[in-house]
Amino acid sequence: MYIVEVIRLSLHTLVANKMRAILTMFGISIGVGAVIALLAIGNGVQSYITQQFTSSGTNLIAVIPGQIQRGGGGGNPFGPQVALGMSDYRAVIGSVPFIQDSAVDFSGLGNFTYEANQSESALSGVTPSYSAVRNWNTRIGRFIDESDYGGRSRVVVLGQTIANDLFPGLDPLDEVVKINNVPFRVIGVMESKGSSFIGDQDATAFIPLTTAQERLFQANAQTKGGDRRISSIYLQVQDDGARPLVTAAVASLLRERHRIAPDDPNDFSVVSQTELINAFGAITDVLTVFLGAIAAISLLVGGIGIMNIMLVSVTERTREIGLRKAIGATSSAILAQFLAEAMFLSLMGGLIGIAIGVGGAYAVSRLADIRPEVQLSAVALAVGFSLAVGLFFGIYPARRASKLNPIDALRFE
Amino acid sequence: MPEASVQKIEVSPKGIQSHTKGMRSHEQRVPVIDALDIAKTYKMGDIEVRALCGVSVRLYAGELAAIMGPSGSGKSTLMNILGCLDQSTAGSYKLDGVDVDKLNDNQLAAIRNRKIGFVFQSFNLLRRTPAIENVEQPLIYAGIGLRERRERAKAALEAVGLGDRLKHHANELSGGQQQRVAIARAIVSRPSLILADEPTGNLDSKSGAEIMCLFQRLNEDSGITVIFVTHDQRIASHTRRIISIADGKLTGDVAVDDQILACPEEGVGATR
Ligand SMILES: Nc1ncnc2c1ncn2[C@@H]1O[C@H](COP(=O)(O)OP(=O)(O)OP(=O)(O)O)[C@@H](O)[C@H]1O
Ligand SMILES: [Mg+2]
Repeated sequence: MYIVEVIRLSLHTLVANKMRAILTMFGISIGVGAVIALLAIGNGVQSYITQQFTSSGTNLIAVIPGQIQRGGGGGNPFGPQVALGMSDYRAVIGSVPFIQDSAVDFSGLGNFTYEANQSESALSGVTPSYSAVRNWNTRIGRFIDESDYGGRSRVVVLGQTIANDLFPGLDPLDEVVKINNVPFRVIGVMESKGSSFIGDQDATAFIPLTTAQERLFQANAQTKGGDRRISSIYLQVQDDGARPLVTAAVASLLRERHRIAPDDPNDFSVVSQTELINAFGAITDVLTVFLGAIAAISLLVGGIGIMNIMLVSVTERTREIGLRKAIGATSSAILAQFLAEAMFLSLMGGLIGIAIGVGGAYAVSRLADIRPEVQLSAVALAVGFSLAVGLFFGIYPARRASKLNPIDALRFE
Repeated sequence: MPEASVQKIEVSPKGIQSHTKGMRSHEQRVPVIDALDIAKTYKMGDIEVRALCGVSVRLYAGELAAIMGPSGSGKSTLMNILGCLDQSTAGSYKLDGVDVDKLNDNQLAAIRNRKIGFVFQSFNLLRRTPAIENVEQPLIYAGIGLRERRERAKAALEAVGLGDRLKHHANELSGGQQQRVAIARAIVSRPSLILADEPTGNLDSKSGAEIMCLFQRLNEDSGITVIFVTHDQRIASHTRRIISIADGKLTGDVAVDDQILACPEEGVGATR
């Protein structure tokens, strides 16, 4: 039988049995659509998280006081027992190689007021290099520069959230805000980073490190050794390959400076971007696996749907096969017809499923701040599986029936 | 008979030339069916059902015959074997001189496709499919192109008096009309033999007479050999030969002297 006849025959059968065809296709579409949408969302979440980290600077190493690995809550600059000082910073950049750029911050809380508006937010004293090292620029105005730093100027760069709180609908540039009752001139507003699982990164303001240490947080600005206290050191490594070396060198230098006995743990933490990404990557991997499992279940349910419809019609189909054999169809002609039918259903169902999946993923992305990533492998997996299910349940009963005597097939119940 | 627009049937099988009416001498012609000692045993667990135990039938080209017998006597079993829908467990069967027992599946399919038209009691039409497409089906497997298929299917439907029902689906037709579609499907591939298992079993007497008229036409005008099973003595009397079966054995084979002619031109119920 010519292929054209096979296709024509199977299309005729599908048209004659529209409901069955539509239901089967629907089963395939649901399965394929669910897999594609869920995996796309999972991947989207993963890269969203990764991007949250990389957006704060690549090849970045942060040194903070305390032990984050031990749940020591690290990063509290006012804790009496642990501290990082300016001399630690100078020692690090003075002796550790492969450091391209570096920044320091010293953070606390600030009470911001402008006229009647008020905001309680994080306040960081930073070096001018902070903006470049964190890969975070101003949206309007400028960041803190060397003369602000050297002159301990009372200038502030606001995060977007604070700017919105204090100056709703107004231009904050060159206005004067009071921070803990000290007047500061607004010289810029940072780009919005959006809020993430880390918290609202835009609820921060920046002033020169010198100003913070000497004018705002004097009470806490000293370490026990009389050094100027800092909250974190940011090191930008020349290339990713040097990262382990820099991490090790910083650790051994600080252990020496802090006189930590060989068996005692660090009183500081050296964290790299990559490690954080990996840690969160593990979490999002679980998420993706979870979504994948849901998707697999949908695929299975879709598959069972296809199977059901195919098997429900098996009596009718077996009789049809009996009749076709009685009027002269060979077994291979019958198989060809059923194969063409099943392939057509599976492919159409698969295509519709891809459309549903991609559409669904983008619909979700409009609700949440996630860019779904439709992966070719997910599409291939979903379409491959439903094709396999469709073909198997389309052909297996036909194959069995085509082996019967025509009269046995005609009498099938 | 309102739907009796039965036309001159043009389908004519190859290999069958002219023939004469009336009593023939079988010996001069080729047997279309030559079945010898056919037996069929169904095994159901430990029990063996002997549906046929040694039936021999010989039918010649151009014959019109009926098979009769009580329920369960093996009539359908025999018809299925003669129609190559089933295989005997013993005996030999030659169809047009070809030893059917030696054929493989594909060769059997070709025989069913080209030599035999089978008509079932329950019509066995494809549901939700127009009459013309139902009739077309055998030609698809014969590898005949779409245009010729359509023409031949249309001609076959016209031949059975359904030229105005081409697009009707099977479920939109009466039982008698459905059976005529099935007969059109049986003759569309121009077979030399039509086998019908209780073709009038589901029909009233008027529709039954229409079917008989068709069979007589096909037999007379196209020389197609027709055998059918019936429980109805009157229906059987439309043939010229009645074969009787009981308990899987041949019990009678008689010529019909007063054949009933079903077609209106010659008068329904007219006897010769
Ligand atoms: N597939 C089968 N399996 C087992 N036994 C069968 C099968 N088909 C037929 N038989 C048996 O073979 C015998 C003959 O059956 P068959 O159908 O040929 O009878 P029949 O003469 O056509 O009867 P009816 O007039 O009722 O149609 C019966 O006893 C029946 O039970
Ligand atoms: Mg029967």
